[in-house]
Amino acid sequence: MLDFWSDYTIQLVVLGSAMIGALSGALGCFAYLRKQSLVGDVVAHSSLLGIVLAFWFTYLLTGTASKSIGILLTGALVAGLASLFLTDLITSYTRIKPDAGLGIMLAIFFGTGIMLLRFLQRSQPAIPGINGIDDYLFGMAATMTSGDAWLIAIVGVAALVTMTLLWHRLKLFTFDADYASGLGMPIQMLEVVLLALIVIGIVVGLQIVGVVLMIGLLIAPAASARQWTRSMAAMCVTAACIGAASAAAGAVVSATGSGLPTGPVIVLILSAVFAFSLVVAPGRGLLHRRRKVVS
Amino acid sequence: MDIAIETHQLTVAYNAEPAVWNLNVQIPLNAMTAIVGPNGAGKSTLLKAILGTVRKLSGSISLHPSIGNHNAAIGYVPQRSSVDWDFPTTVFDVVLMGTYGRLRWFQRPGKKERAEAMDALRQVQMDDLADRQIGELSGGQQQRVFLARAFVQQASVYLMDEPFAGVDARTEGLIIEVLRERQRAGNTIVLVHHDLASVSEYFDHVALINQKLVACGPTPATFTRENVALAYGSVPKQLP
Repeated sequence: MLDFWSDYTIQLVVLGSAMIGALSGALGCFAYLRKQSLVGDVVAHSSLLGIVLAFWFTYLLTGTASKSIGILLTGALVAGLASLFLTDLITSYTRIKPDAGLGIMLAIFFGTGIMLLRFLQRSQPAIPGINGIDDYLFGMAATMTSGDAWLIAIVGVAALVTMTLLWHRLKLFTFDADYASGLGMPIQMLEVVLLALIVIGIVVGLQIVGVVLMIGLLIAPAASARQWTRSMAAMCVTAACIGAASAAAGAVVSATGSGLPTGPVIVLILSAVFAFSLVVAPGRGLLHRRRKVVS
Repeated sequence: MDIAIETHQLTVAYNAEPAVWNLNVQIPLNAMTAIVGPNGAGKSTLLKAILGTVRKLSGSISLHPSIGNHNAAIGYVPQRSSVDWDFPTTVFDVVLMGTYGRLRWFQRPGKKERAEAMDALRQVQMDDLADRQIGELSGGQQQRVFLARAFVQQASVYLMDEPFAGVDARTEGLIIEVLRERQRAGNTIVLVHHDLASVSEYFDHVALINQKLVACGPTPATFTRENVALAYGSVPKQLP
């Protein structure tokens, strides 16, 4: 145990995971309050195709395998946004409804991503490092480098500063977009900023949670925090804390030898926090509401 | 009589389905005007077009010069059902949102804005519930919060989308009283209104629409059984 806490690598992984959890948790509140959970899930799943393509193109261009999360997550970002753009295109020009459009895009992007990944893994001669991309399916915190942690810290600070500076406008837009528009606010710009923040919240989490379960780290902290809080600011801070603690704990469990992928461990911890919040939170918890009915 | 808002051949469509069609409406300055018509007649769309939040397909809208064209020159009260009342915020914070239109980028509401929000809450007799979660309010209380949020804009024109839908009688009386006070202070009030039985009692002017204009003018001359029948296809039972 002593050994564990003095180990620089593990400290780095725990710290990095906590930062990621805090960022995804805080930004997930916007997705939760705007009822865009499904949008978040589509971005997360679709990003696999972007990760695989970014890896492949880098290999074709340079002849070396890239493990830089800067490159891979840029691919994830582009693919995630492309899936939303195509959904928008389909629903604007056909009679397909938005939820069906999102479902279709998720299937196409994720399915193509898996196909391409397996194809590259079987190609001869073998591409070095391609098997490491599997870690993006369910997350692997242990592979984090200090460069990764720095990148996440910089992106995270930028996202949080944007969120703080525009806080009031983003809050009003999230609560009542029609009214914000009537006040003359540039709602298309706010929409883009908010979507960008949500997508960043998703993409940074992919390394530790993976594309399949990322929606959990985005939404579960927000849903849990909503049970305990009475203002949006408090909800964001609480969700950040829940996300940070769960991600750090998940990283520790996964990194201390069990070999389990990090994502499922983190999601299990988040599920426990969510179930606890759902039942016992004062005012909104099931226990409290039941007592209110009885009295 | 001066005209506050006038639409010329206004057409707005959602996905190629017209919501309002070549609509010409005149709304007088410093009056209480009801917009009346059946479901799907384009009443809410007309308000949103005046507010500038939906795109016009064709036509134009002119405002009286006294209204001004700064942000938040028009106070808007959307339908109560248009937002999620489980949003984590207090009554006071929602009213404070009415001041955001005046704030510069990155500016936060300060002491002055807070005092104004409290004042607006007092006008609708909600000041004692300022710290209440909005999810714990009754329908009438929710409506009064929206009204206070519009008042804090200090606009000269107020557009309200069915403010009496699902509110208690006490709130309805209070809203009418507050609106008449605003009218005496020189404001122009426009309401989408559903209850045909109270149109004559509450409003000076009425615009009957059903995608196109059916009739528009002072209530006694305009709100006739013939015109209502033209707008609705038949005279609804609720009209005496």
